[in-house]
Amino acid sequence: MTRAALLSRESFVELGARARAQALLDPGTFRELAGPFDGLTSPWLKRQGVVPQGDDGVVVALGTIDGHPTVVLAIEGAFQGGSLGEVGGAKIAGALELAAEDNRRGVPTRAVILFETGGVRLQEANLGLASIAEVHAAIVDLRRYQPVIGVIAGQVGCFGGMSIAAGLCSELVVTREARLGLNGPAVIEQEAGIAEYDSRDRPFIWSFTGGEQRFATGLADRFVNDDTTAIRDVVAELIARPPRSAHRSERYTDYLRRLGRYDASKQPTPDAVRDLLGDQT
Amino acid sequence: MEQLRFEYAAGAPASRRVLVGVVGSGDLEVMIEPGDPGKTSIDVTTSVNGYGRVWDAQLTRVFSAEPRAAMRIRIHDFGATPGVVGMRLAEAFEALDEGKEQP
Repeated sequence: MTRAALLSRESFVELGARARAQALLDPGTFRELAGPFDGLTSPWLKRQGVVPQGDDGVVVALGTIDGHPTVVLAIEGAFQGGSLGEVGGAKIAGALELAAEDNRRGVPTRAVILFETGGVRLQEANLGLASIAEVHAAIVDLRRYQPVIGVIAGQVGCFGGMSIAAGLCSELVVTREARLGLNGPAVIEQEAGIAEYDSRDRPFIWSFTGGEQRFATGLADRFVNDDTTAIRDVVAELIARPPRSAHRSERYTDYLRRLGRYDASKQPTPDAVRDLLGDQT
Repeated sequence: MEQLRFEYAAGAPASRRVLVGVVGSGDLEVMIEPGDPGKTSIDVTTSVNGYGRVWDAQLTRVFSAEPRAAMRIRIHDFGATPGVVGMRLAEAFEALDEGKEQP
């Protein structure tokens, strides 16, 4: 990217959750559901001495994208690392369930999920995990009728149970700043040792879990620049498509076969992972 | 975490709701709703204990400087400095004056 292009583009990564949802939806169609003034804050954080946020870190916005009815679910990565608790998780799951219900009644509502999350909110434990399981089920239900588009822009990335949600989406869009992984770097370092995985080595971390690598290994479908217009255009293109007949998450036999070929006695390199997963034929 | 409450004299109720900011590190969320006529109430929930006098001094200065509409304000603070608090309040008042409808 040249300096002129860098200065003229509007960063998507730097936008907050609400501004991201507004940027994706057609101008004037943004309508927030279960919003910050509706009293749906986490009942658990204050009891543990943690300051809550009015919308519990999740923005549910209904509107249209190029005229198609769409619900955008945007997670605010700056609030508690984008962690999902009882309320935020229920907002996402509930919205996806209502979108599927819309489709059963003849309204072709699509969904876009903007992932910026470390996964479950540890302070809400099983309630957060339960709500993430409901999100998974709701994505699998809705994607039969309409595309469910996941976007990981960065810089929090998408981890934990929500990385499974990202894997269940019809299409996944990533930027160079994005990261996708079941466990975050600090957790892997703690379990595997710093010699194997140094969580402070940022180029190393991105070389395995970054957006470019996830795209090259077929775990993401589109790789875009951190440009609000470019991301909106890609989402608009994907959302206008008919629902997929086959999803990546249904190809587990193929993935198991590929993993079976991996020699765990050797330290993997990013190139070796591309060889193992990259060829999708 | 500490919860503080402040009240100030005010004019007629504010015309709309406004939300600015985020409960992120060094930042805060300011939620404004129309208040009861003649009174502005501010509920502060802050992650940093022991700064009641600083909040009192800053909010008293802001809300005594000029007559403002009556508001019910909720502040969720995550370690913002008084400078950031001042800028977020100014941003919220600007949004209120601009008539930009918030969620």
